[in-house]
This record gives sequence, structure tokens and C-alpha cells, in this order.
Amino acid sequence: MQSTSHLFKDNAARALNDAHLQQALTHVRTKFITKRQDAMDALPEFDALRDAARDLKNHVLSRLDEYLVEFEGNVVKNGGRVHWCATPADARKTILDICRTAGAKTVTKGKTMVGEEIGINDHLAANGIEPIETDLGEYIIQLRNEPPSHIIAPSVHVTRDQVEATFRKIHTDLDPNRNLTEPSSLLHEARVKLRGRFLVADVGITGANFLIANTGSTTIVTNEGNGDLTQTLPRIHIVLAGIEKIVPSLQDAGLLLRVLARSATGQEMSAYTTFSTGPRRPGDVDGPDEFHVVLVDNGRSKLLGTEFEEMLRCIRCGACLNHCPIYHNVGGHAYGWVYAGPIGAITTPALIGIEHASPLPEASSLCGRCEQVCPVRIPIPKMLRHWREEAFERRLHGNRARWALKAWAALATRPALYRLAMRVGVGVLGMLGSRRGRFSSLPLAEAWTRHRDLPAPQGRTFMAMYRGKK
Amino acid sequence: MSARDEILNRIRAGRAGPKPYPGSGPVPQRGQVGGEERKALFTRMAVQAAATVDRASSRADVPSLVKNYLSQHNLPAEARLAPDPRITELDWASQPLLNTSIGGTDGSHPVSVTGAFAGIAETGTLALTSGASSPTLLNFLPETHIAVVDAKDLTGTYEELWERLKAQYGEVMPRTLNLVTGPSRSGDIEQTILMGAHGPKRLHIILVDEP
Ligand code: SF4
Repeated sequence: MQSTSHLFKDNAARALNDAHLQQALTHVRTKFITKRQDAMDALPEFDALRDAARDLKNHVLSRLDEYLVEFEGNVVKNGGRVHWCATPADARKTILDICRTAGAKTVTKGKTMVGEEIGINDHLAANGIEPIETDLGEYIIQLRNEPPSHIIAPSVHVTRDQVEATFRKIHTDLDPNRNLTEPSSLLHEARVKLRGRFLVADVGITGANFLIANTGSTTIVTNEGNGDLTQTLPRIHIVLAGIEKIVPSLQDAGLLLRVLARSATGQEMSAYTTFSTGPRRPGDVDGPDEFHVVLVDNGRSKLLGTEFEEMLRCIRCGACLNHCPIYHNVGGHAYGWVYAGPIGAITTPALIGIEHASPLPEASSLCGRCEQVCPVRIPIPKMLRHWREEAFERRLHGNRARWALKAWAALATRPALYRLAMRVGVGVLGMLGSRRGRFSSLPLAEAWTRHRDLPAPQGRTFMAMYRGKK
Repeated sequence: MSARDEILNRIRAGRAGPKPYPGSGPVPQRGQVGGEERKALFTRMAVQAAATVDRASSRADVPSLVKNYLSQHNLPAEARLAPDPRITELDWASQPLLNTSIGGTDGSHPVSVTGAFAGIAETGTLALTSGASSPTLLNFLPETHIAVVDAKDLTGTYEELWERLKAQYGEVMPRTLNLVTGPSRSGDIEQTILMGAHGPKRLHIILVDEP
């Protein structure tokens, strides 16, 4: 996927003025948050489970190579194949080769974020194979030719009216006078349209929430059941997964399942959690003849042993997006690449390079809510700061920002100078603003005063008052 | 160098020294119940997930319960039965108004009746394993899925489920294990939950006390 992460400021400005988007985002600001809270309240062990999930993931990352090799062995033992892909190009080629060998014309797809990472849809389409998204949200945005704007709710930026308009525009074979007012009629239309596609697809591609080392199983979690039809009906099932998805055993998948749905949608469990192990067995009535697992690295392995390693614990639940004040206001597309919100702001620089994504780590007030809600306790604010430092060291900011930060650093590390500057600043501003009590514009601070007033300081600095008290 | 070696080498170069296995976390108290309490918890959680639950004192009651459920909900009086002896050997002839057939499905069957490997009380979830007697598509293509689960196959927690799987299947997992919690749903249109996205619109569970 082409990135526009370097244009975050422009993207965000556009998002803030997009009435449809702002309307759509109201649902994120409320529903996800209360549902998660209710699920937490219903499970006293929730926080202890989060600690355990963090520790388990750290353990796995410390033995990632061994678990991957064990997983590979068990997939093969059960009649499946494993394909290792270092780059998006490798993964695209591997998948295209499998589809070509099968003579595939259409490919149904369950939701896969790695699929977005490697741009598999465009690649298949460019080679004459039609990819069909089957998750309702993914289907909607595929018809609208848009990328997902949320990890678990890809079409969260689209309003009901827009879905209706899109369906009317694309489903031209249906009665133009049909009634689509109710969301349920939209769902029904998509169900009927996609049912036909499921039944004739040659290959089904799904993502994976977990890979289980000691059984060679892959796991998907969905609410719609689209992933199950995607992987059961076609002759070939391809699982596309990042290498960090591995867990040692079913018990460990069980631990992560206990925190995943509760953090994501506030459900106890998503409707469908499916473990797949190899192709269909003799005597089976249905299921695929071939089972392929495409393991994608794409920059993950080089994060091990760095200050960014902990982001590999992410189980893509979306809670950090749902609780982020920045995401609430600008939505997902402003982030400019596959992953949005706080996890996007730390993952995007890691996967496509900080030089292409330097505004993202700035898109945060470091309020810390993301870390508070993360089921695997990823210290996202700390990593945002690391990326800011890295961007500064590599001179990726404009000169003005660099000089301002340098000047600030010079002051902040010299207490006497700092106090003097504050005394002068507070005094001057207090005098100038004494009549109105606030400034509606101020040189060097236009970015602040454009949208709000700056209150004029009143009285003395904190240090002066503090010393006065002593 | 192959991509496999390249990736594995990079991991080995970067990863920390092995950290000990920390275990798979606390087992929630909620599921650690037996007997009637376990049945009640399973029922409560399944209903919370928008499934419906009927109790049968014995398997012999299943055909009439199926028939009644379908007529109460104005659903077609026909059922595709999983080729599972626990289902096919019931006295379906006792329901002359109900059309039954046996086998997998291509999507043309509005109602399926299947067995279940287990039910997990902790979250009101069904565990369905694929095999000759349990085609996976019966759990997904029909608009109405009726699953029959024996009370003796209820587990309190997921830990017990993994143990039973191992006891039954040994080291080799069934090709597909479906954990099903309520009917299919989507929240993708304005975050409003709607039932019946791609899978069943209704999940009805018959919990059998004595097989
Ligand atoms: S960073 Fe944490 S909260 Fe955000 S998506 Fe990943 S696991 Fe969920």
C-alpha cells in the first residue's frame, strides 16, 4: 500500500473538516469504550490475565526461532506447507504462484492486515485474479476503493447513508427502487451477493490471530463467519500471518483469547474462533484439499533486541485506537498507511521507515490511555518518544521545530537561566495581556492561537511563589 | 541463503536469551463450577451471546424439540442432519411434519441439526470438531443452526476443553475446531450489531441432561 503518512498534518486537517467522517467517528468515541469496560467488570481476573499475556508474549519473542521451526514441522506433519517470506514482494509472489498453479480465477478473502501490508489485492488483480473481500466492512471499503481505517472495524469511517449509496452504485443488477433504509437490509444484500462468490471461489485467503507451535494449527477470530466460509469452501486455503503470531500451545492461545475479544469489542468471545490444522482428512465431508501458511517477516525480526521489540506483542485488538483522543478526531486514514491509531503510530515507522512516517509519533498528546487499555501492556507512549528522538537525531523535522526544541533543551537543562526566562516571559505576557486576560494571536504561537486563546499569565511564576512560601 | 534461513538468522541475532515459560495465566473462577451450576452458567452465557437454549431430559426428546422450535419461529419444517449417529439414530419418524435428510451441505439447506464435541460454560461456547460425522459447513451455511450438546460434555473452563481434546484426538488436532459463541453477527454498519452476517442468523442449543 502506498503510504501518505508523511502528510499526516494535511490528512488530519482534511479529516477534521469531513462531516461524514466526524459523524461516523461518534460511534467509536462511545460504544467501544463502554462495552470494553463492561466486559472487564464481568471478569475479576482481567488485569492478571493481561500481565500473563504480556509475559507469555515476551517469552515467545525470546524463543521465536524455536517456536517457528516447531510450528513448521507440525504443519508439514499434518499435510500442509509453510512458505517463509522476508519481504512483501516475496509474499506476493508466493501467493500468486499458488493461485496460478491452481488455475484460480477468483479468490475470497477473510480479513488480513498483513494482506494490506503486502498489497495482495492489487497484485492479484493486476495478474488477472479477482480478489473478493468477504468481511462486511472490508467488502464495503473494497467497493469504495478505500483502505481500512481501523484494525477490527475497517469501515468505521463510513456512514450508513454512504453504504447505501455505494451498494446502489455497484449492485446495478438489483431493483433500483428497493428499500435499503434499514441497516439489516444492507447486511442482507451483502450476504446474498457474497454467498454466490463464496461458492465459486478457487482459493480462500485468511489471516491468523494465532499460530500454534505444538499442533501446527492456525487460528482466526471473526464475528461474521466469513472467514470460515472463506477457508472451507474453496479447494485451497492460504493463511497469511506475521511471524510474531506464534504461541506455544492451545492453552496459550486460550490465554490470549481471554483478553482479545473483551479488549476489542467487549464480547466474552467473538462468535467464531476457528483452529485449522492441515488440509481435509480422508472421510471428511468438506474442507480444502491444500493448506498453505505464508509466514511474513517484513521488518519484524529486525525489531528484536531493540527498544521497539515490545510492539511485537500486539494482538491487533484495536483497543488503543478506540481509546485514543487523536484517533477519535482524525479517524484512521489520516495515519496514511495500514495501521492507524497509537499502534499505527509506532508500527508504521518500524515497517516503512521513520523517514516516511516522521509526523506519526508526534500525533499524540502522550496521555497514556493506549498503554492503560492494551491487553498485552505495550508501552506505546515510551515508544512514541523513542521514535521522536530518532526522528530528531536523523533531522527529519523542519528547521523551525529543530531550533525550537534545541532552544527549549538549552533552557530546560539550565535551571537558573530557565527561571530567569520564565520570570521575564511571565512578566511581559502578564503586562501585555492584563486588559483582556487572554491572547487570541501571538507571534511564534500561531498554531496554538489559531484554534483557541492563550490565557495571559497572572501573578508570578510557580518557583517565585514557592520560594515566597518557604 | 533461503528466506527461511535469512529470517531465522535475523531472529537469532536479535532475540534476548530465552526467558522461562511463564504459564498461561490464571483460570477464571467463574468457570470452575460443576453439576447444575455448570449447566446454568453455560445457559446464561450462551443466552448472553444471543443463542437460545432448550433443556431436554433425554436425547429422545430432541426431534420434538426441533420441530417445536421451527414452528414457533415460522421456519421451514425441514432439517439437514449431520451424519452423526447421536443425531441420525433418534426417532425422527415421530415428527411426520418435519422433513429430514442426512449429510453435508452446499448451502441449499435452511436448517441444520448437529452434535457437538463439547460446550464451555465459562463463555457459553460450543466446541465443534470436523470429521466424517460432522461436516464443518453445517455450522455455517444454514440460516438456522441447531446444536445438540450432552450435559456430560460440558466443561467449566477452556483448560478442561484442551484436556478433553487431547484425550480424544491425541497429538493430532481435528482438521477444524470451531468454537462458536452465539450466532453470526456484524457491527460493520455504524457499529450496530446485526445478526446473520454470513453464518447462521439463529443458533439454538439443545442441552441434553441424560443421553
Ligand atoms: S497495541 Fe495493544 S491495544 Fe493496540 S491493537 Fe495492539 S494489542 Fe491492542
